[in-house]
Amino acid sequence: MAAKKKTLTSRKRADRLTYMLFLAPALLSFLLVIAVPFFMGIYFSLTNWTGITQSGFDFVGLQNYINSIKDIRFQYSSMITIVFALINFISVNVVAFSLALLVSSKIKGRNIYRTGFFLPNLIGGIVLGYIWQFIFNNVLISIGENYGISLLANTFFLTDPKLAVLALVIAGTWQYAGYIMMIYYTALQNVPKELLESADLDGANAWQRLRHITIPMIMPAFTVALFLTLSSSFKSYDVVMSLTNGGPSMLWQGQAIKATELISVNIYNTASVNNLMAEGQARAVMLFVVLVVVSVIQTSITKRKEIES
Amino acid sequence: MTKRKWHLVLLEVFAICVFLLYISPIVLVVINSAKHSGDIVLNPLGLPSDWGVLFENIKAVVTDRTVHYSSAFISSTIITVGSLITIVLFATMAAWVLVRHKSRFSTLVYFMFVAAMVIPFQVVMYPLVSWFKELGTFLNIPLLRSYPGAIFAYTGFGMSMSVFMFCGFIKGIPYEIEEAATIDGCSKWQVFAYIILPMLKPIIVTVIILNGIWIWNDFLLPLMVLGKGNAIQTLPLAVSNFVGAYTKRWDMILTSTFLAILPMLILFLFAQKHIIKGMTEGAIKS
Repeated sequence: MAAKKKTLTSRKRADRLTYMLFLAPALLSFLLVIAVPFFMGIYFSLTNWTGITQSGFDFVGLQNYINSIKDIRFQYSSMITIVFALINFISVNVVAFSLALLVSSKIKGRNIYRTGFFLPNLIGGIVLGYIWQFIFNNVLISIGENYGISLLANTFFLTDPKLAVLALVIAGTWQYAGYIMMIYYTALQNVPKELLESADLDGANAWQRLRHITIPMIMPAFTVALFLTLSSSFKSYDVVMSLTNGGPSMLWQGQAIKATELISVNIYNTASVNNLMAEGQARAVMLFVVLVVVSVIQTSITKRKEIES
Repeated sequence: MTKRKWHLVLLEVFAICVFLLYISPIVLVVINSAKHSGDIVLNPLGLPSDWGVLFENIKAVVTDRTVHYSSAFISSTIITVGSLITIVLFATMAAWVLVRHKSRFSTLVYFMFVAAMVIPFQVVMYPLVSWFKELGTFLNIPLLRSYPGAIFAYTGFGMSMSVFMFCGFIKGIPYEIEEAATIDGCSKWQVFAYIILPMLKPIIVTVIILNGIWIWNDFLLPLMVLGKGNAIQTLPLAVSNFVGAYTKRWDMILTSTFLAILPMLILFLFAQKHIIKGMTEGAIKS
């Protein structure tokens, strides 16, 4: 008996070792690539770190955070990020939901349309930004000139501060709406046809069916789509970099600032261009906190919705 | 009934218009890649007079001496494929242990992976560069401006979501299959390699697609880890270098963007079903 027990435990021990070996590569790469730099980053944001490892640095408390909040450029950047995120969020979801309704209708060629709408999502942000730069700088103006539409010929999207934000929203919507459409589309497929048909027989019009049956049935898809668009809007970087590069310059509260310098671009410019490493890091930590708050709100809403249904 | 049919026709016309408008940017890239710079500026909407120019432009981009576009293509492929292999291998192994070997430790690890999905790259990137420098010196493997560094970084960043998705899938596999195999004398390694891994095939495809699109198109991570002016650079970096080197030379810029999105478009034509299914499932699960 004792011998048997011993072999059992040794086998268990061997299993445990195997398990550890299986877990180790994933855990190590996660710890070394994310966890360590993450905690380093939080610490660095409280120091006067310059990015050079060898030179020493001192603890400065919340100084970087205070400097950031006082910085007019950062204030504008935070504001314009929220403005952009909200407009982009609405634009992406309205377009995506409309496209989803379109491709779930009975029209011919709906599968081809669905594929086409999804396609831009495969194009990387950097490349996508250059394509739209070409459209705004050349194509639209050329259309305006060739067809005598003076409004288009004389509108320079990327040099007007307000229109540049709109340009980012257009490019952002084009990139993301097809993806979000797929989420709505998948959910729409799961709405029972019989339910819609019987409502139709009872005399409910298309709008009433949408409002009282379809939308309530696909609520979970809304939560997912809304969260995805909101957090991706807050993190936008690539498209901004290649489409507007943060520009054009403008005056705001008596100071020259860049009109479309969203927070992630501001972080990069603060740290890499102006060489204020620790301050850039502090701003990144603030972005992280905002994202955590957004996702906590989202999860709690989803939980509540799940309990209700 | 006729009123309904009318509605459908109207809707179809509307759909065609929206569709054409939606894909017009891609069409513009293709038609203008087959034009000379002067023609593009004069008439970006016209069809190219000679499609042979497309190949002239491609040749000019690929053989360009300042940007090394073709080597960027190879680098992007090495980094994407290399990262995908390590991500899939490490994440499947870890997920299997996390699901099958429940303990307080495994719950903690799982929670950590899931929680880390909120961390934006911006918080980690600067410390990562300085930390990779030290770690590279310590391990005697250069982690900055090198393939191992880029692949290692992607492995770490891809781990959270991949582990999460594999865990969800493995939970649905009945444990009895593994027990039966163990009784038949399979070791843990054999159970994993011969039973679990083949069953994971559909979710592996999903994870490869999600991570592959991200890594192929990513800009900020290679900018940080590989750096500027490096012999090793990915396609998005090369395209942005092209724009820097050839301001307003739209023939070169558009051809370079055309070449960068071409592999994705071809892949999409072949694996369309998988890609769409994978990406929507990935979103809904996470």
